[in-house]
Amino acid sequence: MTETQGSTPSRRALIGWGGAGLALGAAAAGGAVAMARTGNDVDPVAAETGGAVEFHGAHQAGIATPVQDRLHFAAFDVKTEDRAEFVQMLKDWTEAARRMTQGKAVGEGAYGGLAEAPPDDTGEALGLKPSRLTLTIGFGPSLFDKFGLRDKRPEALVDLPKFPGDNLDRTRTGGDLCVQACADDPQVAVHAIRNLARIGFGKVAIRWSQLGFGKTSSTTPDAQTPRNLMGFKDGTRNIAGTETDRLKKFVWVGDGDGQDWMTGGSYLVARRIRMNIETWDRTSLQEQEDVFGRDKREGAPVGKAKEHDAPFLKAMKPDAHVRLAHPDSNDGATILRRGYSFTDGTDGLGRLDAGLFFLAYQRDVRKGFIPVQRRLSAQDALNEYIQHVGSAVFAVPPGVRDSGDWWGRTLFSKEA
Amino acid sequence: MRAVRLTVTAAATAAALTALSACTAKSDAKDGDAIRVTAADAKCDTSAKTTPAGHVTLKIENKGSQATEVEILFPDDRIVSEKENIGPGTKYTLTAEVKAGSYEIACRPGMKGHGVRQKLTVTGGGSAAKRDPRLDKAVADYRQYAQDQADETLPRVETFVKAVKDGDLEAAKKAYGISRLGWERTEPVAESFGDIDPKVDVREDGLEDGQKWTGWHRLEKALWQDKKIGAEEKTLADQLVKDLKDWQGRVGKAEITPTSMANGAKELLDEVATGKVTGEEDRYAHTDLVDFKGNVEGAQKAYELLKPVAAKNDPALAGELDKQFTALDALLDKYRSDKDSYDFVSYDKVTKDQRKELSDAVNALAEPLSKLAAAVVK
Repeated sequence: MTETQGSTPSRRALIGWGGAGLALGAAAAGGAVAMARTGNDVDPVAAETGGAVEFHGAHQAGIATPVQDRLHFAAFDVKTEDRAEFVQMLKDWTEAARRMTQGKAVGEGAYGGLAEAPPDDTGEALGLKPSRLTLTIGFGPSLFDKFGLRDKRPEALVDLPKFPGDNLDRTRTGGDLCVQACADDPQVAVHAIRNLARIGFGKVAIRWSQLGFGKTSSTTPDAQTPRNLMGFKDGTRNIAGTETDRLKKFVWVGDGDGQDWMTGGSYLVARRIRMNIETWDRTSLQEQEDVFGRDKREGAPVGKAKEHDAPFLKAMKPDAHVRLAHPDSNDGATILRRGYSFTDGTDGLGRLDAGLFFLAYQRDVRKGFIPVQRRLSAQDALNEYIQHVGSAVFAVPPGVRDSGDWWGRTLFSKEA
Repeated sequence: MRAVRLTVTAAATAAALTALSACTAKSDAKDGDAIRVTAADAKCDTSAKTTPAGHVTLKIENKGSQATEVEILFPDDRIVSEKENIGPGTKYTLTAEVKAGSYEIACRPGMKGHGVRQKLTVTGGGSAAKRDPRLDKAVADYRQYAQDQADETLPRVETFVKAVKDGDLEAAKKAYGISRLGWERTEPVAESFGDIDPKVDVREDGLEDGQKWTGWHRLEKALWQDKKIGAEEKTLADQLVKDLKDWQGRVGKAEITPTSMANGAKELLDEVATGKVTGEEDRYAHTDLVDFKGNVEGAQKAYELLKPVAAKNDPALAGELDKQFTALDALLDKYRSDKDSYDFVSYDKVTKDQRKELSDAVNALAEPLSKLAAAVVK
């Protein structure tokens, strides 16, 4: 990251991101060889150049844009009762996000300012590339109890019900708002959250945050799905950034869906899913494959040869994860998954404190995550090896249109 | 409490900042004005004993057989400027902005010990930048405040010490928390005397190898953890009074500047954030909220004194600081039944959620407070 240098223009041209969809064709075609070789779904051009992802657009980046390698996700509580002060913070955040996603330092930078004052930027991303940083903001249900927003709460932003087996840690659950920072370099993601938190002091305070070190989903077509910490590919039939129709149908809030301020936005469910890593590792290969309904080597559904072959659900055990999570078992319910593996060291008993930080975007939580999770929590064979320990839901507003726009304008601005 | 090494650095930084403020109105010394310092194993010859205030240059040559260190020192041995590790047979030029006053130049062969000293009188004062009289008043008032705090602390400590020496466990426990208040309010000043803090306010985990544990926290452990007062504790109690009298006698000589006041206010909030919110400061007595309150009051005092200038230079910052001080005060008041008393809730009774709330309020104040120094020097 440098003080003045932005993204490489050539990369900008490749990722022309605007309107309802994504123009990733050129990047995907150009990088086909690299992708075949590495088996990763990275956008090869951007990943190799450490380029920037466009911050502005009809939708926020960080949802349908290609999934980066690293995550720092933070949930915040609002500390101020002053609406104008909160709105000003959203504007300050937007400006900082605009700069950081371009690889620029916050404010007047990390050095060269008044010797008596702490620098505006904390400095640890100096010299690092933009690393495809995306920053995505969301508003939690509890925010709508504040600032006279009660009438603006979308019906689709429901409080999640308690699912069987949930063991939610209050200190890892909920939040008035959230910021999802994804980047290929973890230091770039952490720098972004750290600097936003700093700008927010007095207005908001971090309630909880989660680091993720490995993506578990892909939004890039034809790529292989990354493995989760159980060693399996899961969520192979994810919605791709190029599938404009499915994005429109399942992810983006449309006109007339409810609250107008949400048009072009989406709803995010975040779940911290702890895996009982050690007991899973002692499970026989056969049982592991039965639990998922896939083979471990290729990720192919039971009875099929390749990962992306259409699954024959009835060939799987009735409690197999893939069978239960599949849209065909849930009246077509489909969500865009963007989760990350996490390991927060060990738990004091010598066991890995690890699992999946599940992130899913959808047009309506009531038609997306809730029905799928109701089924999974009741029947999934995987439940023996996992536990949901943190949970949050957020309304993710539409994108910041241009340099004069700001996060949350459609919600807070009267003329919007 | 903080490590000695940090304290020295802080003092040196404060000195450097002081020097900076003097920098605007002085003329650059010509090469011929440099003071030659010839260091050897047992001597430290200087070519001049007086020099005009402003830019002072030392042309150092080490003619000794071992590496040396050369320093310009305030009368209380705080460092104005220094160069370490000047090898045998090598030369070095050291520069500093120095205000009028009495100083010493020290050569420390082998970079240890008292070294060989020469007096240096810096004359004039015309070359020091003229400061805003409102800031001079702020510094003078703050010095008085720091002195008052020390003066008020001594009788409280003597009450505490008497109880310890009487072997009265309960009376000693009762007198402990309040005896620390004046110290906590002016901790950055107290810490600028690098040698007092490690004697009176060090915690067990802060001890260096070979350092004897003395002071408040040693007695705190005896009273709350060991629940007994022995001959050793009584001796340490006397020592505490002696060390704090040393502090009381030196407050007036502390180097205080508007910048060090502002930074000191921020440092007090740092103390709260790292020591009090976590409950580490008074881990046996759990009187952390008394120290917490003292730190905040001391920071607020420094801010109020600087406010006439800060509010003019940065009204938005002053508004935010007023708001956040008020909010934190109000939050702290929830932990005591009487606003005139320093009987706070025992910190082990403060829940995790409440600690988070306190921590958030500290962050909300400390972030704008970190900008106070800049608003004062603007």
